[in-house]
Amino acid sequence: MKLNNDALFEQDVEALIREIHAQYGYDFSGYARASVYRRIKRFLSQKHLNSLDDLRKGLFSDSFFFENFLQEVTVNVTEMFRDPTFFLSLRTNVLPILSTYPFIKIWDAGCSTGEELFSLAILLKEEGLLDRTKIYATDINQKVLKQAKEGIFSATNMPAYTSGYYAAGGKQEFSSYYRSNYGSAKFDSSLVKNVVIYPHNLATDSSFNEFHLILCRNVLIYFNRELQERVFRLFDESMVSLGYLGLGKKETLAMSGISSNYNLVDKSNRIYRKAN
Amino acid sequence: MAAASNVIVIGGSWGGIQASLTILKNLPANYSIPIILVLHRLRTTEGNLQEVFGKRLALKAVEIEEKEALLPGYVYLAPANYHVLIEKDHTFSLDDSELENYSRPSIDVTFTSAAEVFKDRTIGILLSGASKDGSSGLKYIFEKRGTAIVQDPEEAEIDTMPLAAIHSIPGCSVLNLEQIQAFLLSLHDH
Repeated sequence: MKLNNDALFEQDVEALIREIHAQYGYDFSGYARASVYRRIKRFLSQKHLNSLDDLRKGLFSDSFFFENFLQEVTVNVTEMFRDPTFFLSLRTNVLPILSTYPFIKIWDAGCSTGEELFSLAILLKEEGLLDRTKIYATDINQKVLKQAKEGIFSATNMPAYTSGYYAAGGKQEFSSYYRSNYGSAKFDSSLVKNVVIYPHNLATDSSFNEFHLILCRNVLIYFNRELQERVFRLFDESMVSLGYLGLGKKETLAMSGISSNYNLVDKSNRIYRKAN
Repeated sequence: MAAASNVIVIGGSWGGIQASLTILKNLPANYSIPIILVLHRLRTTEGNLQEVFGKRLALKAVEIEEKEALLPGYVYLAPANYHVLIEKDHTFSLDDSELENYSRPSIDVTFTSAAEVFKDRTIGILLSGASKDGSSGLKYIFEKRGTAIVQDPEEAEIDTMPLAAIHSIPGCSVLNLEQIQAFLLSLHDH
């Protein structure tokens, strides 16, 4: 059978995924393919590359180019207070329970450029929990991690973030958390003084601590079922009993092997609690 | 249930809800081809499109869940704030990457993805809308020898979207809603 262009492209991407794993240690074999193909095609056109072979040469001769590729292929689009009802639910349903612990540990898995991290920190501060909370913010991508703790976001997004903040039950003036400067907004660095940032790959790395709350939102949609299951088990191993798990609006624990050990706290916001 | 051999993808924005209700309302509950509907909506509203369509159609209207399999008898609604992609095993993937044509969901993204999987068995229909989203996706369907249908701009509530598509795909079929409805009924495999 003669392979058409699409089939050839897919075959070459599979080979590239194996080579990337061998060379750089990043394993994309469990990523949902429709998105991977789309991201790679997008990257090829952005970089004016004509073929996967040109991409290959670039990736294996230049590690900066690879970092750039990694950042584009793993989606790093995020916003503050994405789905404000989720953050409102954290504030009203989860934080009051967490406040009964003397010390709180939270894992923000797939924190990307830090918008969710700062949203969470603002919530904790307003509920009086920030000083006794440690947040572990991780991402596969070292480049975005550098930005995550800086808290510098585009000023053009502030109107949308401000309405998100109030919809999430914000208690202060949102603008009291940042200073505007030349088109950007720099958030108060004391918000992240108890934040630890480091690279962690959900596809290959193991559990590193136990948490009262794990947030992993809009990351699992990019994984196939097997990899999703791996990540759910990883979260389960990393969760204290009665701990909480917050997923993206369209992500579910329902199909997972660990689901029987979790109860839905808030169905529409996909917040789960581990059983005792 | 057997995997579907073809797929219908419909896109629209302003005027697209009414137009898609019109072309879908007479399709029977056991309609043999899965239908994916990508409508632009305000990013901030949590639409109840599922209710709007569920009440008026014999087909089952559901908001897409990731990894869900495409089945006949359903109208799959793209959720707010996610792009919809289709995997080779005929399941859905969701994607929250950059807006395309100022839109998420983007019609181009879903049309292109459908054509990559279903090739010439893709039926793309672009309806009324005040955006240029959808043209390049419909063109891709056409290039894969699928069926490219555009709502007659004379009849569309807003003609920007149909006109952009007609301009970029000279070979597409320009039909009014009544003709599109009849065409869809003719595809039904009893």
